[in-house]
Amino acid sequence: MRRKNLTLVAVGAGALIALAGCTTDPNVEAPEGSEAPEESVEWFDQALFDKQDAERSVTPEGPEGEPWLQHINAEMVDTSQYASEGAKKVCFANASISNPWRQTGWITMNEQLKVLQESGAISEMETRDAQDSDDTQIADIDYFIEEGNCDAFVISPNSTAAMTPAVERACETGKPVVVFDRGVQTDCAVTFIHPIGGFAWGIDTAEFLIDNLEEGDKVIALRILPGVDVLEQRWAAAEKLFDEAGIEAVDYFTGADPVKIKQIVSDELARGDVAGVWMDAGDGAVAAIEAFEDAGVDYPVMTGEDELSYMRKWEETGLNGLAPVYSNFQWRTPLLAVQMIFAGEEVPKEWVLPQVPITEDDRAEFLEANEGMPDGHYAKFGGEDLPGYPTVWQERIIP
Amino acid sequence: MSTTDATATRPAFGRRLARLGFTLISPRGAVFLLLALLLIAIMVLNPKFGDPGQLIRFIQRVAPVAIVAIGQYFVIVSGEFDLSMGSVVTAQVVIAGNLIGQDDSRSIPVLLFMLAFGAAVGLVNGLVTTLLRVPSFIVTLGMMLALLGAVFYWTGGAATGNPADSFREVGRGGIRDVPVVGIIPWSVLILIVLTLAAVWFARRPFGRMVIAVGDNVTTARYSGARVWWVKTSAFILSSLSATVAGVLLVGYAGVHPSVGNGYEFTAITAVVLGGVALGGGRGWVVAAVAGAFALEALFILLNFAEVPATMRDAVQGVIIIAAVAYSAVTFRAIRSGRTPETSPQPGEPSDLGEDRAALAPQTRTPNGARTTNGGSDAT
Repeated sequence: MRRKNLTLVAVGAGALIALAGCTTDPNVEAPEGSEAPEESVEWFDQALFDKQDAERSVTPEGPEGEPWLQHINAEMVDTSQYASEGAKKVCFANASISNPWRQTGWITMNEQLKVLQESGAISEMETRDAQDSDDTQIADIDYFIEEGNCDAFVISPNSTAAMTPAVERACETGKPVVVFDRGVQTDCAVTFIHPIGGFAWGIDTAEFLIDNLEEGDKVIALRILPGVDVLEQRWAAAEKLFDEAGIEAVDYFTGADPVKIKQIVSDELARGDVAGVWMDAGDGAVAAIEAFEDAGVDYPVMTGEDELSYMRKWEETGLNGLAPVYSNFQWRTPLLAVQMIFAGEEVPKEWVLPQVPITEDDRAEFLEANEGMPDGHYAKFGGEDLPGYPTVWQERIIP
Repeated sequence: MSTTDATATRPAFGRRLARLGFTLISPRGAVFLLLALLLIAIMVLNPKFGDPGQLIRFIQRVAPVAIVAIGQYFVIVSGEFDLSMGSVVTAQVVIAGNLIGQDDSRSIPVLLFMLAFGAAVGLVNGLVTTLLRVPSFIVTLGMMLALLGAVFYWTGGAATGNPADSFREVGRGGIRDVPVVGIIPWSVLILIVLTLAAVWFARRPFGRMVIAVGDNVTTARYSGARVWWVKTSAFILSSLSATVAGVLLVGYAGVHPSVGNGYEFTAITAVVLGGVALGGGRGWVVAAVAGAFALEALFILLNFAEVPATMRDAVQGVIIIAAVAYSAVTFRAIRSGRTPETSPQPGEPSDLGEDRAALAPQTRTPNGARTTNGGSDAT
């Protein structure tokens, strides 16, 4: 009996101490929060920051009204070695279609494909979807090289470092390789197509918030996931600028889960005033705005994305916002580039597409142009002149 | 407990205090103590949290998790697992978003369809587990993959539009302009109703049968229980609770294929934190609900304590292991009446009242001083 009691008390006390110890641990570690800037140093690249900062103000070259064919500060390369007649087979290694941005682009790409098939430039496009897996995509690319019977490769890499060797192997076949969206650490591809980039996004959004907020105001940064360069660069740039401007910014990873987003924002509102919301992608923006509504406080100054769910909520609430754009129309460019390459036309070595945020002034114009489109659609999808417009995007028929 | 006074009333008070103390560190009670500590810690870090309006919002936020925990409680106490709950939540959220759209008139038919779908998932889980004798861990894991796969096929992994606001009202709205708290969310009322229903259910013959089946299938069978039906009903309850959680979540936040992600493990953790034995046969549904509250309070505490986002999962994991280990160790100590190091004696009787039975000798001793050396009534 005695032993039992002592044990019970000891266990109870021990566990309580352990629990209390654990629960107070965060307090002890709280100062470590100041390590955050250090973390971003990895992703922050001053040279790239400056390059993209400058590119934001460059007037792009190329056909008027067709931003997917425009380019910024391009260094053109000769492709006459690839010039050949006939319809070509394109093999497309896609990272995934697991977010609305990629889905919208994928629909647009397929409509572009139809146009090029009709004109006889492309015979078919064989696509492998890596479902967000590096391993799968490496296998997909190797399959294309070995058995794909491809005339050209289009690769939208899942991640930067892991995909580099596979892209190099594709280049070694001597057939043209087109890389778009996320980059790889090799310039063996004929052209690398992407909008200006994450730093430009971060600069546009942070400048907007800084202009509209006071020093010392608090901004919640809602980030989808760590470790993806295009997303990390957005935050790296924004965090640096917030820091310099004396804006207090706290960042969270949400996985784009609206429940998580709403809880995070609600918790922050319970702690004190939140003046701004910064997002590295618009997915879930509505849940963030609704958290302000349900808490009964004023809307924040906010940056989302050109995803229609955010654009519509932005208009409906009249909040002071900005819709940065990671140009969705870039999904048209790779197949057009393949056509140009086989025609022997010059293409930019690094094809930097324009990336212009949507402001309150031109919001109405974009909402009108995209009337009837689903919430997951992107305002700057750039497919208005393609055959399936608007039904294919309205019904969101995913090929 | 330290009172050694000879007067008649004070030892009684001491005993009562001692009993309360022991209840609080017993597995059944520990979760309430933990919850209280967490809430106090949150309020210390952020006094605003103590406002009635904030507290009711806290309950609103916990409601879906707590409801899922209630469903999981019935399955676990019957000796099985339901890993498909999170995917049922996801599937229901996506169904609501896609089938209702902005059309108010479809709300009720789609809601009925969702309930039928939930019940069907539970029925399949239960029948495959009981009649085909496939371990429920595997059945529900398979169900989880099947449902997530179907959702992925349907949505491509991206959000679709939110359903009509009228449908979302259940999860988002409530009775407004209430004095003191401001708003009483519908989800809080639903949680209260479902908790009361679960308590009532657990006291009915069916509820006792679920525990009996989880404790010892053979005995339960000999005493006339239709084991297959008892377990299948537990699975159906579980899937239906996930359906209700899905309805609340779609209202609370909106449609996304990541909603419900990990809910099965949150529910299992909540249930285990509530002192419910994995493997079945023991547990209290209210403690499981408290487990859900404690878990959610922990998340909030980590948030308020400004634990870096990257460290949160690790801290969470350690705390959960500590809490569950504590529950297991104290339970074993009480159960065997020995030091926690020794393994429990096989064939020990197991019922809900045993922790009280084990504690009874101490409460019978006249005073606290004698308790510590009361060798006379050693177990």
